[in-house]
Parts: sequence; structure tokens; C-alpha cells
Amino acid sequence: MKEQQILWKLIAVYLVLVIGLIAMIAPFLWMLSTSFKSTKAIFRFPPDWIPAQPTLAHYQKLFETLDFLTPFKNTVIVAVSITFLSLLICSMAGYAFAKFRFPGRDKLFIGLLGTLMVPGQITMIPVFLLLNKLRLLNSYPGLILPGLASAFSIFFMRQFIRTIPDELLEAARIDGASERYIFFKIVLPLCKPALATLGIFNFTGSWNSFLWPLIIASSEKMYTLPVAIANLGGQYQTDYGLQMAGAVVVIVPIIIVFLFAQRYFIKGITLSGLKG
Amino acid sequence: MKRSLLIPLGFLAPALTLILVFMVLPLVVSFYLSLTNFNVAALLDYSLADFIGLANYQRLLRDELFWQAFWNTGYFVLIGVPSALVLSLLLAILLNQARLFGKNFFKVGYYLPSITTTVAIAVVWRWVLNPRYGILNWLLGIVGIAGPNWFGDPEWAMPAIILLVVWKGLGYNMVIFLAGLQNIPGHLYEAAQLDGAGRVKQLIYITIPLLRPTSFFVSVMTMIGYLQLFAEPYMLTDGGPLNATLSIVLYMYRHGFKFFNLGYASALAYVLFAIIFIVTLLQMKFRDKEIQY
Repeated sequence: MKEQQILWKLIAVYLVLVIGLIAMIAPFLWMLSTSFKSTKAIFRFPPDWIPAQPTLAHYQKLFETLDFLTPFKNTVIVAVSITFLSLLICSMAGYAFAKFRFPGRDKLFIGLLGTLMVPGQITMIPVFLLLNKLRLLNSYPGLILPGLASAFSIFFMRQFIRTIPDELLEAARIDGASERYIFFKIVLPLCKPALATLGIFNFTGSWNSFLWPLIIASSEKMYTLPVAIANLGGQYQTDYGLQMAGAVVVIVPIIIVFLFAQRYFIKGITLSGLKG
Repeated sequence: MKRSLLIPLGFLAPALTLILVFMVLPLVVSFYLSLTNFNVAALLDYSLADFIGLANYQRLLRDELFWQAFWNTGYFVLIGVPSALVLSLLLAILLNQARLFGKNFFKVGYYLPSITTTVAIAVVWRWVLNPRYGILNWLLGIVGIAGPNWFGDPEWAMPAIILLVVWKGLGYNMVIFLAGLQNIPGHLYEAAQLDGAGRVKQLIYITIPLLRPTSFFVSVMTMIGYLQLFAEPYMLTDGGPLNATLSIVLYMYRHGFKFFNLGYASALAYVLFAIIFIVTLLQMKFRDKEIQY
């Protein structure tokens, strides 16, 4: 009797979870399905989920007529540069906060954490004016530089580096290792799990970033994918096939990264959630 | 002694320089800009911007569109944040059942939308919510409900945006709640069961109180994020229809980067900053009180 009750409860839980899961996944499936349909088939009602005559016409138009390869390339360049440079810069700073004593260290660190409260919109206008003065609008440095140093990443790396035993670093110093050697050959390799987690966060963050590229990249050859697709939505408002193909090009790479690295994602959020 | 100071400084230098140039100084400059009439003309020659004191802030108080954006954002936050919290907590509790198989599969599935690009997702949702050919209204039709004209209807445009934003962020909050749930010692539930407390009682007297630090973190972060609503209305409605989805950041973007009223836009940004600051402080106060009981 008791066993049966538990079984029914479990079935109810599964039912709710599965319905929820369908609601989470269905929009993506519909996006894929629509992107392979001819414009005529798209407006068939009621809709069919599997295109009767799949076509690549929308993708062809996207890459041949609208040159989506350029924003794709830009996004890859910007996201990869931000990811690696940011990891380097922020783990250096995290190392300094974790393993050195210097006057004002703790105050500086608290001040740094204070910048987490500052919304991006507030620094946007002065940075825009600065980059305008330096003629860095519509350039890779303009898209990359402002996104490199983040208080969160420094904090994250500091927390991790603190767990490395001091004796290990002292022993290396006694053996005559240079500070640079200690950082690159001892500290960084030990940080691999943290670097992987943070790197994936940074990568998806900059791949998805929208408002900043929208402001900095006003010329078409510097568009990133989110800006390009926003424009597509404006210009081809009713061409849903084309829009869905564009969405696929933006979304599918990030989903692939996610599926390969999902355990780092989950671990990373858990860390940021509990200790942030 | 001096050497020992130079080494950490060397490691800190790149990050601190970047934060100074792109974060700290802009924070100050932005406040100064909010006290000027910086506009398109000044974009060519920065010296053309004049100091006008608090005039931008005074104008803001009388600006009906700003107040519209303010209330819209408030509506969005007041409905959106609690919905997001309750739904993701319920999901986390369901997923935390001991006997459940395929937990990781569900986790990954629910988490999927939150890693994807907002702008692209917005395009997909415009299609999902298309009043005539969209799947949602098709589904509603099957159950016999005539779906609304979502983004075309001033009454329904904001609920549609809330639906999209909550849907997208569900998995992220769920994973944080799950981590919090796993930190609650199992023997508390066992003790409660022995005392005859049912599921609901366990939820109210054990889970929710012990989850408070997690809920605090999630609600603050969600609220800060929601106050900065931009990409969804930018993509889906451009603030319409009848300004029903105009958010503070969208209004700021319009003034700043469409009309290049950068002085006025800076004032708007500072007001947003102040709102975020106050809301965060209020939540902290609220939390302190709650813990004492």
C-alpha cells in the first residue's frame, strides 16, 4: 500500500518534469524545424513539426546574400580573445590577492567587489566617448578591451588559488624559481578546473553579449552575431524562415559548447551561487 | 622589502588598469555627464557640452515617458521576480527527490535556455507567439482558448515578455536552489517525519527557512538583472505597443544612442543605479529582520 503510494507520487513528479522539459525544449525544435521549411510551408496551419520538403534556402540566403560569415567570424574572434585574455589577467590579479601581503590589500579587494553592484549601463556612455576619441569604435580592441577585467572573475580565481598550499610556492622559491615561473608553471596548471569553468562562463557571456556590440559595432563589417540577428529581425520581420535560420546559427554553437562542458557550467553556477 | 611590493603589483597591474579605465573613471565621468547637456553636436567636439547642474534630473521628474518606463519596469520586476523564484524553487524541489532517475538529463534540459543568446531567443519567441501561426496559440486553440495577440496587444505584451524571461532563466536559478537544497542535512527531514510532519509542513518549516541564504542571493541577483531589462523589448516590441513595454534601459538607450542625448541618458543611468542600490539595501535590511525571528 505504502509502496504503491510512493510509486504514484514518483509518476506524478515525472509527469510534471517531462511536461516542463517539453516546454523548455519545444521552442528550439520549432526553430530548427521552421528554418528548414519553405516559406510556403511555414504558414501552413496547423503546423507540422517535421518539414515535408526540407530546404536549405534560408541558410543559403543567410550566408550567400547576407554574408553571415562575417559576423560569425567577428563573434568567434571577440569571444575567444576575451575568454583567454580575461583568464590570464584575472588569474594574475586573483593570485596577487590570494598569495601576497601588501598594504591596503583587503580594502582594495572590498572596493573591487563593490564594482559588482555597478550596472553596465552606467559606464557605457563614458567608455563609448573614450573609444570614440581613441578612434576605436568599430574595431576589435573596442569590442574586447572593456570586457576583459571583471571583479567576479578575479574573486573566483582568488578563492580557488587560496586553496593552493603556501608551502608548495615557498619550496619553489627556495629552489630559485622566478615569480613568473611559479605563476605559469605551478599556479596556473593547478587552477585548470577553475579556469575551465570560468573560461566557459566568459565564452558564453561574450558570445551572447548584445548591448555593448550594438553600441560599438555600428558598421556592418564589425557586427557580431547578436547584432546581426537583431538587424535581420528588423529588416526581414515577416521572413520567419530566414530569422529562424539566423537564430540557429547563433544558438547551435553555444548549445554544442554547453553539452560538452555542462558539468563545468553546473559546478560554476553552484560555486558562484553559494559563495558570491 | 620593496621587491615584495613590486611583485604583487606587477600581477595586479593589468586588471587594475583596465578596471580603473573602464569602470571606476567612467563611473565618475558618467555622473559629471549627467550634469551637462552633452548632445549630438558635442559628439564631434566634446568641449561643446555645458554644465547645467541638476537640470537633467529635474527634466526627468517631469518626463512622462520616463515614468512610464519606471512603472513598466516595476511591473515587470514585481511579477517576474516572484514567478521566477517560485517556479525555479518548485522545480528544484521536484528534482531533489531521492529516487529520481535521470536527474542530470533534466538538469541539462532545463538549463539549456539560459545559456542561449537572448536576442536569438527573442526572435524564436516572436515566432512561437505569432498570433496566427505560432505554436502557443495553436496549443491554446486545441484546448479551446483563443490566444491573445501577444506582442501586438498593450495588455499582453508585458506578460509575454515576462513569460519569455522567466522561461529563459528558470534553469539557472533551479541549479542554484538545488545546490542549496543539497546542503540541508537529511536528518532534519527524518526527524520531522518521525514527528508526523507532512510534505507541506516540511517545506514551510525546514526547506524554506534553511534555504534563506540561497533565496536571498537568487532574489537579489534576479532583481538586479530584471531591473536592467533591455534586449527583449528592444527586439520584440521596441517598447510598444503604446509604450507598454518601454523599460528604463531601453529608454536610456534611445536617448543615448539613437538621439545621442548623452547627458540626459547619463542621468537616466544614474537613476537606474540608484534604484538598484536602494532595492539591494532594502533586501539586505529585510533579510536581517527575517533572520531574527
